[in-house]
Amino acid sequence: MSTEVKESPQAPVVAPRSPLFGKKERKLITDPLNDNNPITVQVLGICSALAITVKVQNAMVMALSVLAVVVVGNMVISALRNLIPSRIRIIAQLVIAAGLVTLVDIVLKAYVYDVSKQVGVYVGLIITNCILMGRYEAFAMGNKVWPSALDGLGNSLGYAWILMAVATVREIFGSGTWFGMPILGDAKAGTGLYALGYMNNNLIILPPFALVCVGIIIWVQRSRNTKLVEAA
Amino acid sequence: MNLVNIFVKAIFIENMIFAYFLGMCSYLAVSKTVKTALGLGAAVIFVLGVTVPVNYLLENYVLKEGALSWLGPQFAAVDLSFLSFIMFIAVVAAIVQLVEMIVEKFAPALYGALGIFLPLIAVNCSILGGALFMQERQYSNIAEATSFAVGSGVGWFLAIVAIAAIREKIRYSHIPAPLRGLGITFILTGLMGIAFMAFMGIKI
Repeated sequence: MSTEVKESPQAPVVAPRSPLFGKKERKLITDPLNDNNPITVQVLGICSALAITVKVQNAMVMALSVLAVVVVGNMVISALRNLIPSRIRIIAQLVIAAGLVTLVDIVLKAYVYDVSKQVGVYVGLIITNCILMGRYEAFAMGNKVWPSALDGLGNSLGYAWILMAVATVREIFGSGTWFGMPILGDAKAGTGLYALGYMNNNLIILPPFALVCVGIIIWVQRSRNTKLVEAA
Repeated sequence: MNLVNIFVKAIFIENMIFAYFLGMCSYLAVSKTVKTALGLGAAVIFVLGVTVPVNYLLENYVLKEGALSWLGPQFAAVDLSFLSFIMFIAVVAAIVQLVEMIVEKFAPALYGALGIFLPLIAVNCSILGGALFMQERQYSNIAEATSFAVGSGVGWFLAIVAIAAIREKIRYSHIPAPLRGLGITFILTGLMGIAFMAFMGIKI
């Protein structure tokens, strides 16, 4: 993933304002990609992550929806953070999330109806996606608008790359396609790899394999990044 | 018979965890010991059993296209279903709050047992998921919706208690260090899901 943010040319900033893309801001985006990944480390937002990873296209639509809801919601909540009474903050956050998700749902129905049918209830379930509530509660309630937007962006990119990785594995080995394009040859006509007797693995399309797949990603990630290993 | 069928189907075939991955976050976070898993599971059955019928009434008498016709013929064309996400989550949050207060007042022992789990449940995907599946599947009356809701809750309860028991057992197993904790739980859940697929096609 080329999500590295280009550093703005270091003009001599005299004002005490923090730069738009300083070290701290870059860390907000890069941290959730690996060390603090929402799925594999914080264990948030698994519910929707697994169900829609049969096809890369669905996964991408889902990831973009979450990105929109997290970034915009983070900015809205951060802008309102001094107005929201702390006793009812959860309900306020839920209402903002539900409003944004309704918008996303309507947009998806209008422009990508097929995908919207397949993704089904999982768009609605973005509301209770724990990444949302986690970021709203842990970051946006206590930070300014711009860092909140970056934090939302970083976390949803961290979510997105896991989704895309799982979906890529499942679509290639399960259906022999990627983004709907046949890449292993035509299964029915028996061309490409299928001519050698290769068959699609139907187990991989079934729900349980999504879990195994995420488990393996966690295994690989933690064996490379040993500080994430849980104590026995 | 139909009710029993919906109930069994919701527990085993369309299990919230193994078939739809709903409520995964709390399932992974609260499954370290059987005791807490029992508490959370019971709370989920209870809240699903209360919220889904209420949302069913809301859906059929307020939100659906033509649902408002009981107010008068001029409302027959009103379609408020775009509001369903906001209404459902508001109902869930409100009922969880209400249930918490009622349980605290009338059953302090149960309140002590469920404790912190009740407020957590408002943001559990399986509760909102129950409402959304109820909307998608168009159950024909409130008894069917309730039977689906309780069945889903029992399925979730079963799943979390089972994984908690397994996690207690494997505490002394020799698992590769990077796989310890979260990773092995994912893979175990996948294997349990494969086992649950054996129930596919059961009909009573």
